[in-house]
Amino acid sequence: MPDWGLEEHWQSDCNRLPSMSGRSETRSESRFGHARGSKANSSESADVRFEHITKRFGDAYAVADLNLEVHAGEFFSLLGPSGCGKTTSLRMLGGFEEPTEGRVLIGGEDVTDLPPYRRDVNTVFQTYALFPHLDVYQNVAFGLRRQGVDKSEIKRRVGEMLEMVDLPGFDRRQPAQLSGGQQQRVALARALVNQPKLLLLDEPMSALDAKLRRQMQVELKRIQSQVGITFIYVTHDQEEAMTMSDRLAVMWHGKIEGMGTPKDVYDNPTSEFVATFLGASNLLGGKIVRSEDNRTTVLTDSGVEITVPSERVPDLSMTSVKVGVRPEKIDLVPEGSERAPGHNILRGRVRVSTFTGVGNQYIVETESGVEVTVYAQNIGTQFAPRSGDNVVLTWPEEHTFTVRPLVGNIEINELEGD
Amino acid sequence: MSIADAAPIEVQPGAVDRSPTPRRRRHAGRFILPTYSWLVIAYLVFPIAMMILYSFNKVVGGMQLVSFTWLGFTTQWYHQWSSVPGLTSAFWLSIRLAVVSTVLATIIGTLLAVALVRYHPPRFRGKTAIEQVLFLNIAAPEIVMGSSLLGLFVMLNINRGFLTLVLAHVMFCIAYVTVTVRARMSGFDRALEEAAYDLGARPLVTFTRVTLPLIMPGVLAGALMAFALSIDDFVTSYFVGGSSIPFPVWVYGATRVGIPPQVFVFGTGIFAVGIFFAVLSIFVAKKKV
Repeated sequence: MPDWGLEEHWQSDCNRLPSMSGRSETRSESRFGHARGSKANSSESADVRFEHITKRFGDAYAVADLNLEVHAGEFFSLLGPSGCGKTTSLRMLGGFEEPTEGRVLIGGEDVTDLPPYRRDVNTVFQTYALFPHLDVYQNVAFGLRRQGVDKSEIKRRVGEMLEMVDLPGFDRRQPAQLSGGQQQRVALARALVNQPKLLLLDEPMSALDAKLRRQMQVELKRIQSQVGITFIYVTHDQEEAMTMSDRLAVMWHGKIEGMGTPKDVYDNPTSEFVATFLGASNLLGGKIVRSEDNRTTVLTDSGVEITVPSERVPDLSMTSVKVGVRPEKIDLVPEGSERAPGHNILRGRVRVSTFTGVGNQYIVETESGVEVTVYAQNIGTQFAPRSGDNVVLTWPEEHTFTVRPLVGNIEINELEGD
Repeated sequence: MSIADAAPIEVQPGAVDRSPTPRRRRHAGRFILPTYSWLVIAYLVFPIAMMILYSFNKVVGGMQLVSFTWLGFTTQWYHQWSSVPGLTSAFWLSIRLAVVSTVLATIIGTLLAVALVRYHPPRFRGKTAIEQVLFLNIAAPEIVMGSSLLGLFVMLNINRGFLTLVLAHVMFCIAYVTVTVRARMSGFDRALEEAAYDLGARPLVTFTRVTLPLIMPGVLAGALMAFALSIDDFVTSYFVGGSSIPFPVWVYGATRVGIPPQVFVFGTGIFAVGIFFAVLSIFVAKKKV
């Protein structure tokens, strides 16, 4: 489940720093030292654009006709199960893979054919890829040395950067002497010290344990708002993506299944894959029976009518759809309660009730035999049924969404990633 | 000694107290491995020890030739190490030959190893063919290579001498360097090179700053092997050397008359240098880990 408390913390943090999204073509030093004081320059133009990008390996499509726009200064996540094409997309941005078709633009410049060493882009690799024969200082200074920056300047910038990632005094350590979290911060420093237009992060947290990961998420977000560089973050961890991103794209089978702010994509999933991959969803198969006054009615396969706001139906001409609601949006009320205006209801019997501390999770079997998951916050005041009790499930119409049903089933291992 | 010391670690005190029978068996067994090991070591070291010992042997009679009767200790031959002109020049020829061949074979072999690990068909056509040739190069009897090289040089009308020696030595050293460097390359994390590109290093800079330092232990091991192969090569050198006579070929020629004791001095010297590098490489490897 997403940690909404943290998410809100992020959002408020971002709101305080909207000016950080300023796009700067010139690599001014002040961007680092006094980023917070820099002038607002929120340009709407895209910093990164994929135009009809296709990548084939032999006959297999890794990415299929992908179009994507990431705005300057944005923290953007590519989220999806392993093998969905997210890493391939990132590698095409870094210059490590060449697209089979299409164009990649960074800051308006076509970089499709540029090798990695000619791109104003830096990457934090999944394995960190720190140079084992160089110490921390030499690792971080590597990029600046290649640019021919003079010695005293390198010393100053590396020092600043190690300060920023909270590793002062680690200059002479060898990468092998560092913990996973420290290595990751060195990798981040090594990339950021070059002040790139764009920073790519390829599942950088996957080797860290849960607690450290949470800490690094906070750190990373802080650093991003401090430097104002566009971050593109690849992950299979939906919580991580929602926690940190300004916007995210959910990828599956080389295509984008849903894109927008985390809240948008979560609350209004546009495909069955997004609805199940990003958080949990209750989905009921059905058919659209009528659509009037901005309200569309779906008759589920079990014969219940459920009403959805029309703007939540991706395509009104669809005949068979799935209608969904998130577990935490459903209220459990005692048996016999009537439908409140503007609400959908289902009737059923509680099969399993699990207390999880912060809340209760119920699995309710509806009259038609479909199981629905309900999540209720533990605020101590509401109706708390036990297993076997008959209940009524109710939720506001505007929390209902419809998606086009998937052909076939989503396999579990695809959802878990690795 | 270290082997004998290490053996009893296997015995677990708790288990020993409860069952005395396996204890006795282990007690007897602990001598088998060290004894065997020391016999093998003695077998390997004996000829070398003899050579070193007889480099200090006195010689009586008019001809200064080695005899295997112990006539007393002397360091005379170490003082007069360069007093046999043919031997000394053959030795320096061997050193020059080994250095040149090692440098060339290491460069060519290392680049070949990088290519073999890095590129695959269709971009690298003939990769399989090259791998087969490398294997053949190691597996083929040297007598075949030596005689065929002689045939080739005669046919092409190339004067046999230092040049043909270098060509032949580089040829048979490349395969060993390639195999050694390739083994080192196979565990190489490709992401390190990508990271270097990502940080603005062009391919050549990436190779010299990242790839080469990381495979250096393999390159050095390959170079050491090439040097060792070159300096004591007899068969090929005998065929292609012509009037240039390297150390092993000179010694072979001398055996028909009798070996001057200085041969043992050079032999001991080469062995000492070899041991020095072997020990050095062990220490360097330990420090790295």
